[in-house]
Amino acid sequence: MKVRLLPSPQSLLLHLAVIAALLAANWLLPEYHRGVVSRVLVLAVFAMGYNLTFGYGGLLSLGHAMFFAAGLYGAGLTIYHLDWSIWPAFGAGIGAGLLLGLVVGALALRTSGVAFMIVTLMFSQVFYLTTLYFTTYTRGEEGLILQQEVRSLEFAGATFDLSDPSTRYLAGLALFSLVLLFTLFIIRSGYGRALIAIRENDERMRMLGFNVFANRLVALAISGMICAAAGAAYAVLFGYVGSTLASTQYSILPLLWVLLGGAATTLGPLLGTLVMFYVIDIASSHTTAHLLVVGLVLIFLVLFFRRGILGTVRARWLPWLP
Amino acid sequence: MAAMTATILHTRGLSRSFGGVRAVDNVDFDLEEGEIRAIIGPNGAGKTSFVSLICGRIASDSGEVWLDGRDISRLPAHQRVRLGIGYTFQITSIFPNLTLLENVALAVQSQARTNSFLNLSSRRLNDSAHEALVRVGLGERSGELAGNLAYGHQRLLEVAMGLALKPRVLILDEPTQGLSESETQGFIILIRQIAATTTILLIEHNMDVVMALAEKITVMDQGRVLAEGTPAAIRANANVQRAYLGEQP
Amino acid sequence: MGFGPYLLLATLEGLVTAAVLSLMALGLSLVFGVMRVVNVAHGEFFMLGAVLAWYFSSLVAGDPALGFLLALALSPLVVALIAWLSDRLVLSRLKYEPEATIVATIGLLYIIQQLALTYYGADSRPVEAPFTWRIQLPWFGYSGYKLAVIGASILLVGLTALLMMRSRIGLIMRATQYDSETAQAFGIPVRRVYSAVFALGAALAAIAAVLVVPIRQAHYLMGQEPLLLSFIVVIIGGLGSLRGTVVAAVLIGLSDGIISMFFSPTLAKMLATLLVALVLVFRPQGLFGTAAR
Repeated sequence: MKVRLLPSPQSLLLHLAVIAALLAANWLLPEYHRGVVSRVLVLAVFAMGYNLTFGYGGLLSLGHAMFFAAGLYGAGLTIYHLDWSIWPAFGAGIGAGLLLGLVVGALALRTSGVAFMIVTLMFSQVFYLTTLYFTTYTRGEEGLILQQEVRSLEFAGATFDLSDPSTRYLAGLALFSLVLLFTLFIIRSGYGRALIAIRENDERMRMLGFNVFANRLVALAISGMICAAAGAAYAVLFGYVGSTLASTQYSILPLLWVLLGGAATTLGPLLGTLVMFYVIDIASSHTTAHLLVVGLVLIFLVLFFRRGILGTVRARWLPWLP
Repeated sequence: MAAMTATILHTRGLSRSFGGVRAVDNVDFDLEEGEIRAIIGPNGAGKTSFVSLICGRIASDSGEVWLDGRDISRLPAHQRVRLGIGYTFQITSIFPNLTLLENVALAVQSQARTNSFLNLSSRRLNDSAHEALVRVGLGERSGELAGNLAYGHQRLLEVAMGLALKPRVLILDEPTQGLSESETQGFIILIRQIAATTTILLIEHNMDVVMALAEKITVMDQGRVLAEGTPAAIRANANVQRAYLGEQP
Repeated sequence: MGFGPYLLLATLEGLVTAAVLSLMALGLSLVFGVMRVVNVAHGEFFMLGAVLAWYFSSLVAGDPALGFLLALALSPLVVALIAWLSDRLVLSRLKYEPEATIVATIGLLYIIQQLALTYYGADSRPVEAPFTWRIQLPWFGYSGYKLAVIGASILLVGLTALLMMRSRIGLIMRATQYDSETAQAFGIPVRRVYSAVFALGAALAAIAAVLVVPIRQAHYLMGQEPLLLSFIVVIIGGLGSLRGTVVAAVLIGLSDGIISMFFSPTLAKMLATLLVALVLVFRPQGLFGTAAR
């Protein structure tokens, strides 16, 4: 039983199989469901970013909407107002997330536990209010609509129309796959092992010579970048850039998805997002109040199902599941 | 500088108060390279507080800590550890969900300064971790979960983690507490072996262990150094007997 | 109107805000102080108090005072009952573990809010004030009801303080706050105390809401802003400190009116939120509190 700094072959295979299945789904799924899943893929990236700090880092943030929105606006505003093309706009979004992650982390990581939750909640609220305050540029909740002609992606010498359902699905899947594999590798690396151990016992890790603060700050910065990538992708794939996506609700949703799918599991965020989307989809045909479902599921999860789906699977049947 | 008497660690005027009580009061302390030093004293004498100030777990109010000619008084704990101050917890503090090897690997990783993503060969990590486990006699059990170990073995794992840090000074805070008589004897032998390569600072209540190991003893009482000297001198010291040894059953 | 009277008016309005905020924040602070629970659903208890006030007062025809009194009697009671149930069914089962509790109260927030939307609707509805006389000052007339709100708030805050400081129940609560395990060992029914405190905290929010509905209308989203303000008050006042909470409520209530004269409400909220987040980061014991335990 050696310590491996790389994912085991079986876990790598599992993840590649999941990606392959999702790829095949592009041609197998009916139009409506392909639309749902392409949204799920992008939001699962958001959830994976959240999972890095919450699941692996043990940092319960209630403010990740700001990172998602940083990417959303970083890409959306540069495209809308500065006529940037997709790639640099995408980079601006990720850069905004990284920067915000570092700044918020440097401040919020001075606190812990409940104070950390409230501080992140408040910073995110400030971000949300900022998008409302500069409504001249952001159009607040109504938001900016990115038209089809600005959503074309130059890649490998060809031009892709990101508003095309199939292209959109594949672009979402590409980002998802990249982040999934990145997560898989990072949690097995020395850095990831340290992050997880700090979650378990930070004082011990400090006395083993680890800079706990720096380690967590890096986690928050990476998480900010991943969430921002999801936000930027959302802007260019779905063409809507609005304050709603920066509201507190969008800080709670990734928490919900990750809790449901299984915190600190690599595939949990995808599963949680997917299940929750369909639960709300089904509930919507009975009630208009989909937040009611969110509330009920949240309470159910913390009361009876703390490990989530894949966390339970790992505890009961598959201990090797990353 | 004569190698035999080189001071590896010293403190000057080190102090810390908790709510008006001076837990550590103006302590000057010198530790020589390669020695085994025991710190003894009644409960509440400030022993754990004192070593916590040395390794940076708690901040000092005033005073200095020097390691090998370098002032480390302002450094955070993790940097002091990297510079060579290893600390093992009084209350066993391991990662129960990880294997023994993974526990020690964390320490190796820290020591190799590879807090980074890729810059560490998996083989070196495993070899070093395994070597530390072998030194404390747990080499055969490296794949077991640490949480499943008996208490005495968890203490050994704790020492292995300390060793894997390759410290200049290893601080052991009551390492034999809760161990059986035979385990304690084994521990004494282990510490002697470790002392061949590392300076040892030991807080210990068990006077048999102290007398068997220590080359020099520092007696603390009410946050101050009451006496210091060879085991024989300490045994003979009237002040010490009054303050401390006299209370022992 | 000169500057003096203008300032007087702003101060009076600020005091009304402070009065309502004190009650609401007191509830939040009490729950945090005794139970170490951060109740994110506190704003929804406030909203529920207002919506129920509308419902109860609409049951009584004739003199608006009757409807108002009925609402004042029943609305806090019903809200307290709901809070008590939430504590029994959810929070106590989580063993008040801080992070899980916050997540659960977020869930509670969504549930209450959405149920209000479903059964009460998205409209704003007023409740008539129990009396309409105005005090005629030399410069302007001022609502007697608003003054009564200030008076009622002082009375209720005083009563709560008295309850905490002087009564046996208060002693039990403080003992529980100080050390719940020892309290348990001394035979204090900690679980029942917690449920009672949670219900009391919610009732205070509901009373604040009943007092406020004749001034501001009932709406299913009305809990959000008072929640934010209460958080600000409780954090600035020092978490769990009763005196700090009241001082901060008055300060925030007064400055809220004055600040919004100079800044847009959004900017004011932005700056206030940022400021409070920074207080939590750099001075977690609050501006008035002493070192945290």
